[in-house]
Amino acid sequence: MRILPCGGEALLVEVANLQEVEELYGRLRRNIPPGVIDLVPAARTILVAFDPAATGPARLRALLQEVSAGSAGRHPPATAKVAPPAMIIPVRYDGPDLGDLARLTGLTPAQIIQRHLHGRHRVAFCGFAPGFAYISGLDPSLRVPRRNSPRTRVPAGAIAIADEFTGVYPRASPGGWHLIGRTDLTVFDLTRDPPALLMPGAAVRFVAADAAGAVRS
Amino acid sequence: MTGPGERADEIAIVVPGPFATVQDLGRPGLAHLGITRSGAVDRHSLRLANRLVGNVPSAAAIEVTYGGLIVRFSHPGMIAVTGAPCPLELAGHQIGMYAPVDVQAGALLRVGVPAQGVRTYLGIRGGVDVPAVLGSRSRDTLAGIGPEPLVAGARLPLGREMSDPPTVDLAPHARYVDQPKLRVLAGPRADWFDAAALADLCAKVYEVTADSDRVGVRLRGPAMHRRITAELPSEAVVAGGIQIPPSGQPVIFLADHPVTGGYPVLGVVAAADLPLAAQCRPGQRLRFRPARGLVNARPDD
Repeated sequence: MRILPCGGEALLVEVANLQEVEELYGRLRRNIPPGVIDLVPAARTILVAFDPAATGPARLRALLQEVSAGSAGRHPPATAKVAPPAMIIPVRYDGPDLGDLARLTGLTPAQIIQRHLHGRHRVAFCGFAPGFAYISGLDPSLRVPRRNSPRTRVPAGAIAIADEFTGVYPRASPGGWHLIGRTDLTVFDLTRDPPALLMPGAAVRFVAADAAGAVRS
Repeated sequence: MTGPGERADEIAIVVPGPFATVQDLGRPGLAHLGITRSGAVDRHSLRLANRLVGNVPSAAAIEVTYGGLIVRFSHPGMIAVTGAPCPLELAGHQIGMYAPVDVQAGALLRVGVPAQGVRTYLGIRGGVDVPAVLGSRSRDTLAGIGPEPLVAGARLPLGREMSDPPTVDLAPHARYVDQPKLRVLAGPRADWFDAAALADLCAKVYEVTADSDRVGVRLRGPAMHRRITAELPSEAVVAGGIQIPPSGQPVIFLADHPVTGGYPVLGVVAAADLPLAAQCRPGQRLRFRPARGLVNARPDD
């Protein structure tokens, strides 16, 4: 773990991989250090934003070292604790990029869908747009880079994959991920509290739904 | 409370000028949901306007970009105008900036074009009381969250976000200088550049470009070159962060910055100097200077 400076009101904690981010973020989230106003996980980092009137970088560095040392194998990983029930996302797997993905991965569209359904998914972090969740747990055989030319408009509810992530587009926007399906679930709603359905740390389960949206068991 | 048939205090936008929005201190603490803080880009001027009219610091005001705003007041009230200095005319009379001014019912306020700076803040006693979105009345221009930018004919209700009756008659304010020097602290990816990169940045002069907005101040000048050219996995960025895109031309993030970025952040402008950055006009030059003392002076360091 490295703790990088980030101006006078934040530190950036860098770890080796996404799993370490999820683990450390879970620990920090359950016990937010005094004076910290936001914890922002990303692919390899957690931004620790603080109120400089309430705490300081030296104190926070020490606390972060302590929390990190506590996570080095002596305790069960966060996922082993009693977790809230998984967020279920019904998906119609009819995305326009299933064919391209089949060529890129050497799998059939049906195999791609099966492997996507069987992933152990979890929201790693949010970014790109309000409520856009980077969901980890994608089967390694489905990892492909982003599309060469991004679409200018991806519809709200589109389910897409790229690199090690699945995403659900919270509203229509440009996008460069491979579209594999869509959901009727509203993942971001300003009138809801919290507005984002998919929050960092939340477990996610994708289930297949038919064209009418009914979940197939 | 407003009784039946009784109209609440409000202001009517007659002319919004080039760009005007409602802003308060923003939405802190939601970045992990992909929601940036937003709020006034010159927070110092917003706080000052609120203090002058006796509002709580978090009350919402109007952020006026390049002046040009004309508003009418429905009821008697009190205003204070801060930030980029503009000629002001209230009910046909010249009034001053940085001071509380009483307003009569029906009065028209005309905000002229600023001679210096970009953003002028119109604080109104009670605050602008449009519906809050996620706890803030700020317009986030990048994500499109919060009250729409002001248009002619819009009516803004006024609230009750006062603290005490105002006690300050006139606030001292620093003059805008032609070439501000922004204090800069180390950023998380300074080591992606040469060891001398921050000193280098501070030795150069940059010009603000016309595509600067509430998201960031975009600069043109000597390019900063990366030592590490690998792709950076997206990571959270902060307001004041100086990001170096592949062009090598720095961008200083302001209030509506994206929550995460994929290019390295070399330095971070000190929070106290960010209002100066937000007031730089296209074509204006600015410099950076190291501010290590800002952090090291803290008692716990």
